Amino acid sequence: MELAQPGQDFLSAQSYNAVFTVHGVIMIFLVVIPGLAAVFGNLFMPIMIGARDVSFPKLNLFSFYIYMFGAVLAVISLFIGKGAPDTGWTFYAPYSTQSGSNVIAAVLAAFVLGFSSILTGLNFIVTIHRLRAPGMTWFKMPLFPWSLYATAWIQLLATPIVGITLLMLVAERLFKIGFFDPNLGGDPILFQHLFWIYSHPAVYVMILPAMGVITEIIPTFAKRKVFGYKAIALSSVAIAAVGYLVWGHHMYTAGMSGTARWFFSFLTFIVAVPSAIKVFNWISTMYKGSISLEPPFYFAMAFIFNFMIGGLTGLILGSLATDIHVHDTAFVVAHFHYIIFGGMGFAFLAALHYWFPKIYGRMYNHKMANWSCVTIFVGFTVLYFPQFIVGLQGMPRRYFDYLPQFQTGHFISAIGAFILGIGFVLVFMNLVRSAKTGKIAESNPWGGLTLEWQIASPPTVENFDEIPVITEGPYEYK
Amino acid sequence: MFGPEASNFVEGVDKAFFIIMGIGAFFLVGLTTLMVIFVIKYNKKRHPNAVQIKEYLSLEIAWIVIPLIIVMFMFYYGYIAYKPMREAPADALNIKAIAKMWEFSFEYANGKESNTLIVPFNKPVKLNLFSRDIVHSFYVPAFRIKEDMVPDLKDNFMWFIPTELGKFDILCAEYCGVRHSYMMSTVEVIPEDEYNAWVAKVEKKSLKQEMKGFEILKNNACTGCHSIDGSKLVGPSFKGLYGAERTVITDGKERTVKADDEYIKNSIFSPDNDLVKGFNSGLMRSYKEVLKDEDIKEIIEYLKTPDEN
Repeated sequence: MELAQPGQDFLSAQSYNAVFTVHGVIMIFLVVIPGLAAVFGNLFMPIMIGARDVSFPKLNLFSFYIYMFGAVLAVISLFIGKGAPDTGWTFYAPYSTQSGSNVIAAVLAAFVLGFSSILTGLNFIVTIHRLRAPGMTWFKMPLFPWSLYATAWIQLLATPIVGITLLMLVAERLFKIGFFDPNLGGDPILFQHLFWIYSHPAVYVMILPAMGVITEIIPTFAKRKVFGYKAIALSSVAIAAVGYLVWGHHMYTAGMSGTARWFFSFLTFIVAVPSAIKVFNWISTMYKGSISLEPPFYFAMAFIFNFMIGGLTGLILGSLATDIHVHDTAFVVAHFHYIIFGGMGFAFLAALHYWFPKIYGRMYNHKMANWSCVTIFVGFTVLYFPQFIVGLQGMPRRYFDYLPQFQTGHFISAIGAFILGIGFVLVFMNLVRSAKTGKIAESNPWGGLTLEWQIASPPTVENFDEIPVITEGPYEYK
Repeated sequence: MFGPEASNFVEGVDKAFFIIMGIGAFFLVGLTTLMVIFVIKYNKKRHPNAVQIKEYLSLEIAWIVIPLIIVMFMFYYGYIAYKPMREAPADALNIKAIAKMWEFSFEYANGKESNTLIVPFNKPVKLNLFSRDIVHSFYVPAFRIKEDMVPDLKDNFMWFIPTELGKFDILCAEYCGVRHSYMMSTVEVIPEDEYNAWVAKVEKKSLKQEMKGFEILKNNACTGCHSIDGSKLVGPSFKGLYGAERTVITDGKERTVKADDEYIKNSIFSPDNDLVKGFNSGLMRSYKEVLKDEDIKEIIEYLKTPDEN
């Protein structure tokens, strides 16, 4: 909005910087990382593997309290001390060690939220290992739990690194210990390495469960067995494993060694392959199916389209020569919003519309849901697609103001933002109203085969009166 | 397609763009079309009974191997276009590029300094990159080059051969604080003989600019926010500061103080204590651990000296 016209419109430069920092911190750490995994994971993963609950319900509650505490801390950071943090969500040193604004509270909030993430990851791993229903072998497990399993390992192994990094930052600010600030003898590039070792895998924490959701929705509405079940399951694990080793592609221009640069580029291209496999398998699952076009399926289709754009532009960023040009430009902003919002965001909406009748036992208005899907998709595209173009023209990101040649793109984006806002109001109205007064839904409105559709809606406290015995794969449509 | 094309790297980089985007567009259009066809053709109304398809291992292997080959192909093009960027020719013209909040400055071999980068047409230029404070990034979209400027990082450089005469934007691409979006400059490509004539003319610095205090102010990036010519930046200007009456906010109350030695020292160590009216708090760090007492003395000496002419 501020950027719809060049020059200062209604925010000051300092407030603009604080706004995008807080937008980043809240969206990344509070919304997209826990969004799918924690919300739908906790609700449906135990049911889908035939368990009464997760292995450690109390730990789960504890991690929820930690999350709330971290969220409060993040909000507090806006209001106390010398102004809201202004470092960007990446907290790059040495700016973050020197900035006069309230960096410590925001960093501690991210640190605390990290614990919530670690505990959830731990809980999911144990649950999936120990509590699968009798007869449910690994390759008879539905694919949403599979994706959560891969995600949980990332949460467990990568989050502590960012935790300690953020603590080092706090120590540097409070006690002047020189980790990152060259004035104190530190190394600013070290911060970037430690930060991205977590924050790149964190992208997979967001997108893997999203892929999992889509993998549930497509067979249910196409009435077909998932094509390439094993390939999808194992590609989740492959993404999680290789995804650890590609953090350097955020740093091609940061001043690391030439060898490191091409090596990270190479690995980044490798990690593209398992994502491509999933897309191929999703589309071939539709082949010769019997597709009912219900709202969750529309959202899933929008997801696949956006995710392809996000993924294919990721290849441009993974390639050395092209990344040099578009690194830290609006192109990157467009790319990750296509993955996070176009991908994870649409998958979240798909999941919401898919499991809504199960959660509330009531059905929403399909027509309105379809229209809100279209509105959000149009708004999203109008908002973010022009950012690819201004990025290619060389518009750097995190700019409060810009040169005249970038104006058209920004103006179009601002229109997109309004359409997107309307779309969200529609979704919100439809779902809130239906949760209270919607038509009573049957327990299996979509004709799904996974276990959550075999129990009552909404599920009882312990999910199953009797734990089912599994004899065949999860998607054996006849 | 991607703005002006003005360096030796443009061809390779744009070719890599073209290849990756071309293949990407092919897959995007192809897969989307396929998806839409399936959704229409196998809609429940037209196709009420799903046909269960067997798994084809060969198909699975094909779409693992083929994308792998394609991405390796993309990697290769990205790599060969990038490789020369890190191999500056030995005879390149060396220029020092220095970043600080929030400006770029350039130093040429003979000691000449400038705020816009002037380079000769069609000659290799090697920029040695330095930062005085935090991480910045040197970005010339028309040249397709970008490299971060990291404080204390040795041997950090970029190089290019300008292949077009004219002026091109230099932008800072690494977020660096409140005036990040205004941290820009211009690179001007001029014919070689003009360049030689230009660089040979070294302006004599004024006596005031030779003072040690000014050197300290510049090296600590003070002048990024506090101008010396009276213009209003993020902080108040240094021009005519010493001895002047200042309206400041202390503990929320407005009062008037005289800018004396004590005031200046206090403003450097605890910038927010007496905040000059009309400026924001929380923007300047304390320089207590950075500047020594002698430095402060030199700065005060400098501020005391009246402007020439």
